[in-house]
Amino acid sequence: MSVLTPIKGTQAVYRLNPVSKLAASAIISLTLVLSIDWVSAGVALALQIVIFFWAGIGLRPFFRRTVPIWIAAALGGFTMLLYGRASGETYFQFLLIQISDGSIELAIATTLRMLAIALPAVVLFITIDPTDLADGLAQIVRLPARFVLGALAGLRLIGLFAEDWRSLELARRARGIADRGRLRRFWGQAFALLVLSIRRGAKLATAMEARGFGAPIERSWARESRLRSADGVLVALAIAISATAVTVSVLTGNWNFIAAQS
Amino acid sequence: MATAIEVPAVEQHSKPKPPSRWRVIDIVVASVIAVAVGLVYFSWNLIYSPASAPLQAALPGLQALVYGVWLIGGVLGGLIIRKPGAALYVSLVAATVSALLGSQWGLLTLESGLVQGLGAELIFLAFRYSNWRPIVAVLAGAASGLALGINDLVLWFPGATLLFAVIYISSAIVSGALIAGLGSWFLVRGLAATGALSRFASGRQATVDA
Amino acid sequence: MSVDAVGARIDARAWGWRHAGRSDWALSGIDLIIAPGERVLLLGASGAGKSTFLHALAGVLGGDDDGEAHGELLVDNQAPNIVRGRVGLLLQDPDAQVILARVGDDVAFGCENLGVPRDEIWRRVDAALTAVGLALPLDHPTSALSGGQKQRLALAGLLAMQPGLLLLDEPTANLDSDGVQEVRAAVETVVAKTGATLVVIEHRVSIWRELVDRVIVFSAGGGVLADGTPDRVLAEQGESLAAAGVWVPGFPPARPVRAARRDTNAVLTTEALVIGRNARAVHGEPIAVELEGGRALAITGPNGSGKSTLALTIGGLLPPVTGTVSAAGLANGGAEEPISWKSKELLTRIGTVFQDPEHQFVAATVRDELAVGPRALGLPEHEIEARIAHLAERLRLGALLSANPFTLSGGEKRRLSVATVLATRPPLVILDEPTFGQDSRTWQELVALLAELLDDGTSIVAVTHDREFIAAIADQELQLVVPTRARRDDGESAR
Repeated sequence: MSVLTPIKGTQAVYRLNPVSKLAASAIISLTLVLSIDWVSAGVALALQIVIFFWAGIGLRPFFRRTVPIWIAAALGGFTMLLYGRASGETYFQFLLIQISDGSIELAIATTLRMLAIALPAVVLFITIDPTDLADGLAQIVRLPARFVLGALAGLRLIGLFAEDWRSLELARRARGIADRGRLRRFWGQAFALLVLSIRRGAKLATAMEARGFGAPIERSWARESRLRSADGVLVALAIAISATAVTVSVLTGNWNFIAAQS
Repeated sequence: MATAIEVPAVEQHSKPKPPSRWRVIDIVVASVIAVAVGLVYFSWNLIYSPASAPLQAALPGLQALVYGVWLIGGVLGGLIIRKPGAALYVSLVAATVSALLGSQWGLLTLESGLVQGLGAELIFLAFRYSNWRPIVAVLAGAASGLALGINDLVLWFPGATLLFAVIYISSAIVSGALIAGLGSWFLVRGLAATGALSRFASGRQATVDA
Repeated sequence: MSVDAVGARIDARAWGWRHAGRSDWALSGIDLIIAPGERVLLLGASGAGKSTFLHALAGVLGGDDDGEAHGELLVDNQAPNIVRGRVGLLLQDPDAQVILARVGDDVAFGCENLGVPRDEIWRRVDAALTAVGLALPLDHPTSALSGGQKQRLALAGLLAMQPGLLLLDEPTANLDSDGVQEVRAAVETVVAKTGATLVVIEHRVSIWRELVDRVIVFSAGGGVLADGTPDRVLAEQGESLAAAGVWVPGFPPARPVRAARRDTNAVLTTEALVIGRNARAVHGEPIAVELEGGRALAITGPNGSGKSTLALTIGGLLPPVTGTVSAAGLANGGAEEPISWKSKELLTRIGTVFQDPEHQFVAATVRDELAVGPRALGLPEHEIEARIAHLAERLRLGALLSANPFTLSGGEKRRLSVATVLATRPPLVILDEPTFGQDSRTWQELVALLAELLDDGTSIVAVTHDREFIAAIADQELQLVVPTRARRDDGESAR
């Protein structure tokens, strides 16, 4: 699947350390999630979009990867529109649906918030190489190497999934059961894929152990994962965007702390 | 030299507590399962809205009845690997995979995975990682559902009404118990029958000695 | 960089192993000594525990929760799991040994685990890749490699650890003839250069015969049956080994006797057929196929030449890019193109046996698996029972009827996948690499069965690289070539 092979390029964003990308994304998400108002989300989103284009992310791949986000944000907003806590003037009411000033505002805020949180994450993640990420997590964040590398190896098997899936589909047609029952067939195929993958995973684990993995020896690293000044800039940008968004929101009186709601 | 003499060189002591250190195969297979589940999460991310819309229209908050799909990771991981941390690990890695594929909730997908996995993990811990019967699986699924409900309400629906909250959490619990709990238990049984889990305790108990 | 590793020594004293949850010992009473630098070929019937022995030497059998051992097994006078980096184990499945995404990283993995300093790692990676003959850039994607290349990559990964003991567990079983030669040459170079001890398991003796200086035979569930020079052991044990399924030179499997050819009609023809996947053609030029009843066509060619794609297109599973496949002889008056037939119609007309039998399994027991096709046709229960009984007897599946298909051995799975296709009696059977990695006994049975089908009037199309199979069965051969413009290494149809 091409989804795990990162987009390659020469712009600065491709040379950043994956750990700093993770940190930047975390900073933005955790800050924006604290409030549900359209000002903080809107400001953050505007600043992000400016930076996306300045960093040279192509328009096409950007939209292709982020389509589910746009859809989900719209749907989330719609949910809030219908069922959000009512306040102000009510425009429409039917059973439990109540569209009011309050719910409209919540809807806009929810949509912008989802976008502001998810878009930078996707943009950063699609440029991450899984091996480099594993190196970073183990060397910089100091997560246990056994788990990080074991997870990476398991993750790589995903590349074989697509080919297996195609063979499984064709085989069902050859077995005479492909005419009806699409859903049932889907789950049957998914089960078969799971069996094949677990088998392969077990063999892979043996192969890794045969190369000394998991032995009680201090590990060395063939590829060094380092944090450079560019990484610092990214994290600083993330802090700046979050701080600006929060400040503007508080100053204009729109800050709406979520814990104060429920 | 071909007779199988009974040489009891290794003691047959009964193990009161199963080994808790993860073998390499535990890590890799847990990751493989997490990846597969993460794919399911991603696909479900794309289609859950139309599937849950009618439920939502009937009673707001009821859409959580189909959210159990996102809770499979933790329970499945615990049931197959049977080591401390398995539920949490699989749930977290599955969430990571679905986030990497472009989940609409970005980094908070990981936070959901963490919280939901923790719910299942606590139940397995409460049974001291020794009881893997269906009822435990159901409880683990329910606990995950509870975690999902609370998490979503605090983060994504802070402006919702009390009625919505109650319906949402209850639906999530039921969904978790059935889809994630019972569903995972049957799935593990099916997997064990294929012999794919032969190097795990979960596989050996289910198959008859050949 | 010196690659002089002195060979490791193996000592086994009354050693045995039992897998957890089983009542029988996989092997027991193993007594042998292998001196440093010796090259050993390990033979025996399936289930004789050869693989278990190698895994034990590599220290990957596991601990207490995986099984129990008795006796002693030492590598360089130490327990195997203490000297992990000293032993290199190469497994059978090329895909399951690729650990990282880039060639250089994958080879460096073993060194990292052993704590080798960074500069030294990359020096070793270079030397290892050269030794196995893989002259690829370090960031070449590992997913784009062929089977033979992947095995050589794994070998390079082991070599970089500078092991004193090289263990090969059926390394060429899943490879085509080119891959087999590549791996064999690489192993020969490595062993000559490093002087490492070598232990190989393979059921095709001819591949390693010239390279080894000692042959050991294990007996099923027991200990060492024979031990000595290749000439002596093969002369003594050759016949019994051949009967057990080993490909012993001088004891080839029996070829079937074919009935006299009869005149038959055309079953399937193609018209300006251009094959490909996802509307992307493999070759620019059309392929012509003409098949008659009771005849066998062999499709041959190197990796990437589109053999499987052609087989699946003929079988009505993949749509042609342009042109048509016409099977008027099978269509019973309906549409002529197999791709347009419904799945159920395909069942009684063309049967396809996939290269990996596991892709075809849809049921939980062998009995249900055999019944899937007939049930889809709506046959009455007693007819289904009769067919199942007949097939079980013909293909020796009787004892396995209630087992889960995934738990069968390789040869049994192959027989099952062929049986499921025959359950609906299609007049055309397509097989993708039917003899891949099979032992001689299964080979013999399969060939005999196919000969019988041919004599009965069934047509056969087989994608294969097995020359003996072609000689025994095929009436025509169609050779495909790798398209010149598609010689990029991005692994599109590399297998």
